[in-house]
Amino acid sequence: MSRAKLRKDIVPVAPDAAAETVVRVSNVIKDFGTVRVLDSVSFDVMRGQMVAIIGRSGSGKSTLLRCMNGLETIQSGEIDVCGHRVSLPGKLDKGQLRQAVGIVFQSYNLFPHLTVERNITLALTLVQKRPKAEARRIAADVLNLVGLSEKIDAYPEQLSGGQQQRVAIARSLALSPQVMLFDEVTSALDPELTAEVLKVMEDLQQRGMTMVLVTHEMGFARRVADITIFMHKGKVWEIGPTAAVFANPATTEFAQFIASVL
Amino acid sequence: MVQFTSVHVFYLLDAATWTILLSLLAFAGGAVLGITLALARVSRLRVLQLLAAAYIQLVQGTPLLILLFLSYFGLSILGYRLHPVVAAGMSLTLYAGAFLGEIWRGCIQAVPRTQWETSDCLGLNRFQQYVYVILPQATRIAIPPTVGFMVQIVKSTSLASIIGFVELSRAGQIVNNSTFEPFFVFTCVAAIYFAMCYPLSLSSRYLERRLNVAR
Repeated sequence: MSRAKLRKDIVPVAPDAAAETVVRVSNVIKDFGTVRVLDSVSFDVMRGQMVAIIGRSGSGKSTLLRCMNGLETIQSGEIDVCGHRVSLPGKLDKGQLRQAVGIVFQSYNLFPHLTVERNITLALTLVQKRPKAEARRIAADVLNLVGLSEKIDAYPEQLSGGQQQRVAIARSLALSPQVMLFDEVTSALDPELTAEVLKVMEDLQQRGMTMVLVTHEMGFARRVADITIFMHKGKVWEIGPTAAVFANPATTEFAQFIASVL
Repeated sequence: MVQFTSVHVFYLLDAATWTILLSLLAFAGGAVLGITLALARVSRLRVLQLLAAAYIQLVQGTPLLILLFLSYFGLSILGYRLHPVVAAGMSLTLYAGAFLGEIWRGCIQAVPRTQWETSDCLGLNRFQQYVYVILPQATRIAIPPTVGFMVQIVKSTSLASIIGFVELSRAGQIVNNSTFEPFFVFTCVAAIYFAMCYPLSLSSRYLERRLNVAR
């Protein structure tokens, strides 16, 4: 249906199976003062994969995501995202990184003084320098993708939390990122609204978007994610294909975690 | 003794235009200085932050009356004889700038940090962040305290009477000296001040409502 006629460049479609590394995190160490929040964290994300990062509060999941986007600096290790070395802040072309990576936050963070459309077109016109008409067409496309075409002229406060989050996803998507980061995007939503946001994310995955998500939605991660990472005490405690990881927890910590949340 | 007549009322109204002019000078100068100070206060350059903070502390800790004395009598000793309207306009600008700077700094910082973060993640540079994301939101927050301060400024212009500038308050004194009907005269003066300040206060409510719709 209408979603099928979306422009190809909005959501890059995975190239043939040749696995291409989009994100490489190696030996990342991050301290907040004397507290080590990330301890020798390493993992790769291949193009088109959905990687779910799970774990208890305070295990470093969100910090890891923020490091991948250069929002936090790290003490040592390397983070490469789409060919950009995030861990060298001095040499990093932040503009190019921003073009390659989209991020969606728990608190949506829409611009309250702008309409839904302007929220989406702002970076398209200011950063990507696209003509207004083209930016508006892209906004219409991505809103269609998240099922909110009729809200194009609404202001954020007129939308439900779930709708705001879908607009936030659309806003990020509009910039055609190669990888999208989701930081507990459903944690502020009730179950019904959570479902509509998860549906959008599942659609994205099916369209080949590379995604890394920090989530408390264990059922969703288990059903949809290709790779699951269990973080504990700032370390990658367990990592592997989702089904295998959930079926055979290798550590008592993960087994206990699964037992406590499922 | 002269009777208080409509002639005096017109005299007061005429003087009130000077009060308005002085207020406008103070608003305009204070706004330019204020936004500069506010941006300096939130800038990432430590030197700018400190300079702006020092200025604000210094001026906020000095009575407006003393600023007036300094710019009118003080500068004339140094050889710069300023016209009272210039001296008064300058003092009020320096004074209003310090307060508006601090008010607006607070308004800029009241915009949630996540708005900075999100606009950064979308690739906006610092200038674009200010113009398209932060300042529009800060403006909305700034309306009530700014209008409140503007009302204060209108009333503070009365201090310019001390350096011989004939604005509304000074005109009231002059009229009273000839008619000696203080209660009548100063009630009249008060009413004119009120007639200037009240619409200003009302405009705040109007602006807030307008900006609320478009948010």
